[in-house]
Amino acid sequence: MDRILHRLLDLAAARFGADRLALKPQDDMYEALRIDSMRALELLTELENEFGVEIPDYELQRVRTFEELAAVIARRC
Amino acid sequence: MPGLARIPNLGHALRDALIMHKPRVALIEANRHQETARLTFQEVWRESGRLTGLLREHGVAPGDRVAILMTNQWRWPVSAIAVIWSGAVLVPLDYKLPPADQAKLLAFSEARALITESAIARELEPHLTNLSTRPILVVAPDPDLPAGARDWNAEPRSTPDIHLEQQPEDVACIVFSSGAGGDPKGCMMPHRAYLAQAETLAEMFPFGPGDRFFSILPSNHAIDFMSGFLIPLLTGGTVVHQRTLRPEYLAWTLRHYQITHMAAVPLLLEALKRRIEEKTSSRSPLARDLFDMGARINRELTLRTPSHGLSRLLLKPLHDEFGGRLRLIFAGGAFVPEFLARWFYDRGLPVVIGYGLTEAGAVLTVNGLSPWRGDSVGRPIPGVEIRIHAPDSSGPGEVWARGPNLMRGYLNNPELTAETMADGWLRTGDLGWLDASDHLHLVGRRKNLIVTAGGKNVYPEDVESSLAGLPGAEEFCIFADSYIWPAGSMIGEQLVIAIRWSPGADLNHGLTELRSRNRLLADFRRVSHVLNWSQPFPRTASMKIKREALAREIRESLTREEALRPI
Repeated sequence: MDRILHRLLDLAAARFGADRLALKPQDDMYEALRIDSMRALELLTELENEFGVEIPDYELQRVRTFEELAAVIARRC
Repeated sequence: MPGLARIPNLGHALRDALIMHKPRVALIEANRHQETARLTFQEVWRESGRLTGLLREHGVAPGDRVAILMTNQWRWPVSAIAVIWSGAVLVPLDYKLPPADQAKLLAFSEARALITESAIARELEPHLTNLSTRPILVVAPDPDLPAGARDWNAEPRSTPDIHLEQQPEDVACIVFSSGAGGDPKGCMMPHRAYLAQAETLAEMFPFGPGDRFFSILPSNHAIDFMSGFLIPLLTGGTVVHQRTLRPEYLAWTLRHYQITHMAAVPLLLEALKRRIEEKTSSRSPLARDLFDMGARINRELTLRTPSHGLSRLLLKPLHDEFGGRLRLIFAGGAFVPEFLARWFYDRGLPVVIGYGLTEAGAVLTVNGLSPWRGDSVGRPIPGVEIRIHAPDSSGPGEVWARGPNLMRGYLNNPELTAETMADGWLRTGDLGWLDASDHLHLVGRRKNLIVTAGGKNVYPEDVESSLAGLPGAEEFCIFADSYIWPAGSMIGEQLVIAIRWSPGADLNHGLTELRSRNRLLADFRRVSHVLNWSQPFPRTASMKIKREALAREIRESLTREEALRPI
């Protein structure tokens, strides 16, 4: 789980040009990355490629924090 | 589709169409690059009939209410037909609502059954325990069906009779309007409203065998219910669903399935525009020049009427990107900036701007194509009358509408019904004026009206459309300062622009542009303060900004002094 979370934060920071060290697991990812739902879906595609899982759009709907997103991925790994 | 309005009910009309178009393809569903379903009209008939039988066996009787809560997929229209054929009233619910709200609407509508999918059922389950009558859950196939749920795929024990007894005035659907806050507003839509509207729209914008509609807006929404379910299935056309809304798959679907029609909200149009611009900017300077020239020539040659063949010839790479057959994009559900619609029209992709309310089926007014217009929300569709009630001295007043497509009233709310409907007129709550050619121009919502220090009326949406396309701004919204921080008065308000900037945007450039555009506005319509906001704006299912919710979020985290910077 920790591994997924760290990798997720690396990828998110790189993709949206955020400061990796400033991102905390409990942060609201939309706020921290300044992204909307369409851009969050783009991140999801990247995470799927990285972890080799398939996540339906619907699962992102209730996710706000990086931690929650990592949990969604972990459930499918 | 002449004669539709003479058929007594939707069940009848759908049955006739499914028989008439038997061998044609009715529904296609893809998940990413994979096709996951393809059904002919005959297969839709069989599947809907089977599910009708199943609903009967689970105790659904004529007059009951049955809700659908599903993401867009082939099972959505099939479920809707089955509900109608079982004689029940259909209650389409929004899958984007939080589960607690969904449960509240299920209770409010007294749904006897709910047709849903497993991911939604699992989230909803804990919220159903408090309901006095728990609906029967019919869940689309899943290896681990939630406890107590019935399997969508189970075979009924007998062949059902299709219930076709409803009268035109009987309620076909209860549709919850996306209006945020307050009591649920369940619009009771009669069969007559849908049939009249489908007939009119299918005559204005012909659709039929060989045409393909891409269903993107949620199917519970009035626009997709009409254009992504009823019209295609009643006219022998095809509906295409894509299980993911990621931009790369949307473009692929348009291309792969050679979509001819789609409906979109401004946010989606902007995303498509961005994609086209990114593609164009990666070409050589010569190719870019040729492309710009193509757009200019196309604009000149299609001033009077669009020509799909000509535009495709002039702007081939762009049209090929979208499959080459995309002819019309319907836009509504929120204010569509003219510049955005014009941008698409100039490139041979006509965006037809319309205006409607859940209370009126889907559409009240729509722009024609000869000539194309993007500066209004169009003329009343045949059968609909529009009147401007109590116009102020400058022209705008409340838009009232009358016609065969109106609801019968709000479920369990006679007071609100009486406030909203009188003598056959629907009071829309929107403010607008009619021009000499009977085109409606909207200026705002009555409740959003801002009164300035000079006593002038300002409509925030009006100012927003003047500032549309502001560079660097991901999204923005105009408020009166006292709307966010109540000052106890509606008079003497100052205009504030709340902006969420794109990551990496050049703020100086954005603000300079804002100042120069602001100066071009009438003095009483000018914005006086800027408020930088980092979180995405809350929006309704149809992507309208939830002004009240956004104002509340701002109020709860910032004081007036902290938030506002003079422009």
